[in-house]
Amino acid sequence: MSKPRTLFDKIWDNHVVDTQPDGTCVIYIDKHLVHEVTSPQAFEGLRLAGRKVHRPDATIAVADHNVPTTDRSLGIEDPESRIQVETLEKNVAEFGVPYFAVDDVRQGIVHIIGPEQGLTQPGMTIVCGDSHTSTHGAFGALAFGIGTSEVEHVLATQTLIQRPAKNMRITVDGELPFGVTAKDMILAIIGKIGTAGGTGHVIEYAGSAVRALSMEGRMTVCNMSIEAGARAGLVAPDETTFEYLKGRPSAPKGAAWEAAVSYWKSLPSDPGAVYDTEIVMKAEDIQPFVTWGNSPEDALPIGATVPRPEEIADEGKRKNVERALGYMGLTGGMKLSDIKIDTVFIGSCTNGRIEDIRAAAAVAKGRRVAEGIRALVVPGSGLVKNQAEEEGLDKILLEAGFEWREAGCSMCLAMNADKLKPGERSASTSNRNFEGRQGPGGRTHLVSPAMAAAAAITGHLTDVRELVG
Amino acid sequence: MEKFETLTGIAAPVGDANIDTDRIIPARFLKTIKRTGLGKHLFNDVRYTSDGAENPDFVLNREPYRKAEILVTTENFGCGSSREHAPWALHDFGIRCVIGESFADIFYNNSFKNGLLLIKLPKAEIAKLLEDSQLGQNARITVDLENQQITRPNGETIAFDIDPFRKHCLLNGLDDIGLTLKHKPKIDTFEERDRLARPWLYTAQTAAG
Repeated sequence: MSKPRTLFDKIWDNHVVDTQPDGTCVIYIDKHLVHEVTSPQAFEGLRLAGRKVHRPDATIAVADHNVPTTDRSLGIEDPESRIQVETLEKNVAEFGVPYFAVDDVRQGIVHIIGPEQGLTQPGMTIVCGDSHTSTHGAFGALAFGIGTSEVEHVLATQTLIQRPAKNMRITVDGELPFGVTAKDMILAIIGKIGTAGGTGHVIEYAGSAVRALSMEGRMTVCNMSIEAGARAGLVAPDETTFEYLKGRPSAPKGAAWEAAVSYWKSLPSDPGAVYDTEIVMKAEDIQPFVTWGNSPEDALPIGATVPRPEEIADEGKRKNVERALGYMGLTGGMKLSDIKIDTVFIGSCTNGRIEDIRAAAAVAKGRRVAEGIRALVVPGSGLVKNQAEEEGLDKILLEAGFEWREAGCSMCLAMNADKLKPGERSASTSNRNFEGRQGPGGRTHLVSPAMAAAAAITGHLTDVRELVG
Repeated sequence: MEKFETLTGIAAPVGDANIDTDRIIPARFLKTIKRTGLGKHLFNDVRYTSDGAENPDFVLNREPYRKAEILVTTENFGCGSSREHAPWALHDFGIRCVIGESFADIFYNNSFKNGLLLIKLPKAEIAKLLEDSQLGQNARITVDLENQQITRPNGETIAFDIDPFRKHCLLNGLDDIGLTLKHKPKIDTFEERDRLARPWLYTAQTAAG
């Protein structure tokens, strides 16, 4: 027990049920989040094998990907979407899994409701059939995405067969400059290490700039860890974490709270713990970022220009850039701030929380969405929506010409009515800009909430610091 | 799960790097509640034009690749989402093996749960197989899992590494859940111990209703 361990090592060791000679482990899963897209076949598998859900009390389900963000009392128009949500409802009833129904105020995007309910806690193992499960790592939990077969495995056994990942630490020291946010930090990181830079690793984010982030900022950073190829992202729990959790519905209370906090304080990495890879960045070097291409790694500061393929020596890389420029309808050398958009989406598990809506409203206040721009603000849960309305943020946004919606995954991924038409171009606070992500032929530029609001006002990608400097 | 022992089949080249799971199976096809039927939507938005006609330039629309059982690719295949619909679509199309320089973690795990063999090879070996896959009717390679060997059309062999546990499960068509339930007593022991160490995780959570 004397070798110094990282946060990841400690959580891993605390959850091993069995280890094979070759190092493959069975690990216990503390919390299983379930949504409607990746669970139907898993429940069907249980049914066919005559199995039950082993720990319904450690499971929570919600519908988020297919739900409309307009009036839900009208039901879901798309028949396949409707069937998928109804299937989840039948499954949770049959198997006794706790569920936030569509008309429950606590309903929302799965990675937003977990933390806000206090279901996500430090030191836990948390899984969901969704790659952005990495979000929960902001609490110092080992949280990662799994496929439907593994969803079935967790439902049946509350465990997973896994090999431990390697440890990577990314330290960001200093202070983020004015107008630069957690979203810009993670885009800068992915731009630096690439879309496979974290493959095989869990990334622990450290340093004074990370410590200074709120829990919501930490969630944004951890959310996009998967876009760097990492298994999971982690931020060590601290007073900020405990403050956020205290009093939330599913957080421990009373004597249990004291015991839990004491346990959580034992989790941060030991001094001298060794990481397989270490990267250091300076917060002062980070600027407001935008993506130009079809990978989250195609991220550049707003003041930069679109890459010129002819300046790229490597043939493979040059072909990729040419393909992206073709798909995105951009020319090498053009200023990123000259790129006109027609759609703005503020929301998603990356940036759909109250601080994100406050940031958008702060830019929108007293200004108007430009002519011809469709701009949606989609709160990440019913509770976020209520809080935003209490703060009058909805009125500010509506007066500026933004649409104010109900909670769901919305335009992140074109599974519900909110999508881009071919050729449309968005400034989006979501997490992926792949070809067709927001709709076939749709062109996505990833940005922070403040940058998205700025683009809505000017009609093109804009340095938000010029608007609110 | 079906076993994987030896496979001789047509290898199709999909040489781009970073082929993401949205490209492999776009989100609108994830509304299915079944594991089957996704083969016709594999690579949908690059395989068909916007009016639904086959794109004649896309490799899987050309003979003999319409019957490809093997894909040869480069770096970071399967990056992006955790959707297991990606390996389901590959499997339903008829693919049983993907050979590449590297794969994204979640896609890699998901593939093995569906009897797909994923093989990682260095750039130089991939270059040879990409050449082979351009040979049309002669783009036929053999993958032997037991002996961890690929045989090229010209008879040359390429050795590959594979995690022994994954190999064992594929060769024997083993079901993960069945395997894990053999450890049920250890799971019970863990839970008993954990209830004492972290009792706050075992009280009824505040949930719906």
